[in-house]
Amino acid sequence: MLTSQFLLLGAILFCIGVYGVIARKNAVLVLMSIELILNSVNINLLAFALRNGSADGHTFALYIIAVAAAEVGVGLALVLLVYRNRRSISLDELSEMRG
Amino acid sequence: MTSIALVAASEVLSPLDGGWFLDNAWLAPVVPTIGFFLIVLFGKKLPKKGSEIGVLSLAASLVLALGAAWQWIARVGSAGEEQFVSPVVHTWTWWQAGGVQFTIGQHIDGLSVIVLVVVAFISTLVQIYSLEYLRGDRRYTHFFAALTLFSAGMLAMVIAEDMILFLLGWEIMGLCSFMLIGHWWEDGANSRAALKAFFTVRTGDVGLLVGIAMLFFAANDWTTSNLGLSGFSIRGISAWALSGEPNSTVILLAAIALFIACIGKSGQFPLHTWLPDAMAGPTPVSSLLHSSTMVVAGVFLVARLYPVFFTGLDILGPSSNVIMIIAAITIVIAAALAFVQTDIKRVLAYSTVSQLGYMMLGLGAGAWLPAVFHIFTHAFFKACLFLCAGSISHSASHHSFDMKKDMGGLRRHMPITFASWVVSTLALCGVFPFSGFFSKDEIIDNVGANGYSLFMVIGLGGAFLTAAYMTRATYLTFFGAPRGAAAGEHDAHATHDAHDSHDAHGAHATHATHATHDGHDAHAGPHESGPLITVPIAILAVLAIGAGLFNATPFGESWEYLKRWVEPRAVVVVEPRAGGPGESLVFSATAVTATPIASAPSAEEGHSKSPCGSEAPSEGVCFAPQVNHAKFKWSKALLSLAIVFAGIAASWLLSVAFYGRRDPRLVGLTQRNGVARVGYRLLANKYYLDDLYERGVVANVAGPISRAAYWFNQNVLDGILHMVARVARSVATVVYRDIDQRLVDGAVNASADATKAAGTTVQPIQSGCVGQYGALLFATAAVAALVFVILNT
Repeated sequence: MLTSQFLLLGAILFCIGVYGVIARKNAVLVLMSIELILNSVNINLLAFALRNGSADGHTFALYIIAVAAAEVGVGLALVLLVYRNRRSISLDELSEMRG
Repeated sequence: MTSIALVAASEVLSPLDGGWFLDNAWLAPVVPTIGFFLIVLFGKKLPKKGSEIGVLSLAASLVLALGAAWQWIARVGSAGEEQFVSPVVHTWTWWQAGGVQFTIGQHIDGLSVIVLVVVAFISTLVQIYSLEYLRGDRRYTHFFAALTLFSAGMLAMVIAEDMILFLLGWEIMGLCSFMLIGHWWEDGANSRAALKAFFTVRTGDVGLLVGIAMLFFAANDWTTSNLGLSGFSIRGISAWALSGEPNSTVILLAAIALFIACIGKSGQFPLHTWLPDAMAGPTPVSSLLHSSTMVVAGVFLVARLYPVFFTGLDILGPSSNVIMIIAAITIVIAAALAFVQTDIKRVLAYSTVSQLGYMMLGLGAGAWLPAVFHIFTHAFFKACLFLCAGSISHSASHHSFDMKKDMGGLRRHMPITFASWVVSTLALCGVFPFSGFFSKDEIIDNVGANGYSLFMVIGLGGAFLTAAYMTRATYLTFFGAPRGAAAGEHDAHATHDAHDSHDAHGAHATHATHATHDGHDAHAGPHESGPLITVPIAILAVLAIGAGLFNATPFGESWEYLKRWVEPRAVVVVEPRAGGPGESLVFSATAVTATPIASAPSAEEGHSKSPCGSEAPSEGVCFAPQVNHAKFKWSKALLSLAIVFAGIAASWLLSVAFYGRRDPRLVGLTQRNGVARVGYRLLANKYYLDDLYERGVVANVAGPISRAAYWFNQNVLDGILHMVARVARSVATVVYRDIDQRLVDGAVNASADATKAAGTTVQPIQSGCVGQYGALLFATAAVAALVFVILNT
């Protein structure tokens, strides 16, 4: 079965996503990285669903896609507003806390 | 005695009818209870000040009671001739404590139904009467609230399935009696009378509590294992008392304890002294509580737990028992006291005491049904007499109850009241064919037939006295020349008894309002009362004539309705294994035909005798003892009628001579003749019983006790209190200095410091850099995942 390959793909995508979230300064790229993480999870779910012959994983993946779409909508709106106020979408410049 | 043939007679058994009203008879007390709370909460805001709720709730109870009576009659009709008509029982668990279940529930049988109907009926009529009688009273709403609560309590007691609910109803009645006697408490005499009634009855009530506890501990094991009922259940106690199990000493003591409660509640000698004083309450209260319903609660208790008294006191045995002796004393002394009263309500109060003595005498002598029948008839004619007295004071004698000062010659002014009074008086005296004849004569007859000749003679003597004092009261009130207020004099205020002038005015707030009321009275003089007063009186008068026909023994067996409907059948009941406690029992087989017991006194020929009461049933249980019924003979009835007429005639002649013509041979006899003087003084001072109680008991017992309690309070309790205070103070000082300041505050400060340090340590993490947050999040997730993997492998 191809399960291990699917899982490997999921793991690679996940790692790329995590790297993007941590290392990227551009807010749009961070959002895209989050999408990668979510889709890697989707691949994992589908892989296990195929292996177990159950429809649960498919249902859950569809649900995650819907949630991800909503999340991107909200995230892009935030980015747009940040850009209008500051003329920049660099996350480093957003910090005002001095811990 | 062993020749009793148990015949398995399955064909005799038939299923018993039920019905909605029988199953839901418990609503009868519930409705007035709700009514009471509504009156208390919203009464004053309503257009009729809450009285409409009282009347409506009692009318609803009356409908429920009549429905239950109708369906009970159908139930009895559906039973076989010798079949036990099992009561309609429903129980609910009230609370549980230590494995003992306290249940409340309904127990509907013939006795419950008849008293239920009487109480609901008279309560309704008296409430209607009070609408007019108490109009404009200061505490009008509270009066109706208390009256409604009383009815609820009495109805609850009547349908009670167990002694707990019975006790509850009993005490509610005592409380309402106190509140209603003291309705016009601004007057010191009224509140003293209320206190006297309350404490006297409470003295007896201790016996009820003791009796219930004794019966529970004695009977609980037997009832639980044999019937699946608790030791509080009336059915359980009844069956236990007739099972041959009980220790004779225990059941004797329990019966005496219960009877002490009856002495207090039902005004028997020597605790009868509260009842005449209770007349300080408004007349509707006297009519409802202190003549027809509440005071028969003691009689009802004896009738309800009759097997306990039957076995415990050996009723129908060869010697006389304590119930009969107390009852006979009560009959005679109360009737004699009624002769020296000038207050019309006090005459009726002593008459009530005396009639309650008749009921007790009947129960003590084994005449169960006649006694219950006398409850039934007495309620109607005595309530009617009290309402007549109220009508007179309301409309004719200017709120006075003094027959000698303010009455006389009223028969022309008050035709309806007069006719009702006469009818009820004849019923009370026991003149054929009025209702009292049938019940009272049956009691006397049965007492004699059961072999107690002495008590039969006392009963006949009591009948003579009853006829005589009622004739005297009738003459003073309605005949002769009008006196005082009845003659139209309105300036005699100061001479009225204090409580009388309050009637119907309440405490009159100002002299001005009183004067207007006077004006209203003055222009008419003595006159007939309004329809709200006369209609209830007339209805009761009709029943005073007709109620006797419900058990008209002289007309033959077919007229003995109450015997069929009310008297529990003394048959052996063989029951299946009962369900758990709280479930109603279903009795399957009964119907025992037994040969007559030869040794039973005056056992009638042709009547089958059941062993219940005379010996323990070998199989199954009994719920009622077998009692005898005397054969009616016109010769005996004519003898008692002759005695009654002699009483009426003698009293009439004496009254005319003494009060009418002022015959010189009679006037002042108590000053001239030594014997008469002693007798009069004894009666006028009520046998010095009040003196004994107040000077003897209260002064010598309560006084020293209160002084001792004061000394104890000052020296012992206060000393302990001071010492405790000093110790507490020094302990508090130590606690403040060492524990509060050092330990508690130290802990609080230390925790605050620790929090501050922790905050400073983790402060740098809040950098505001999103990437760093993300890194921390994923690192944490990775560590968590690692932990999971390690834990799961």
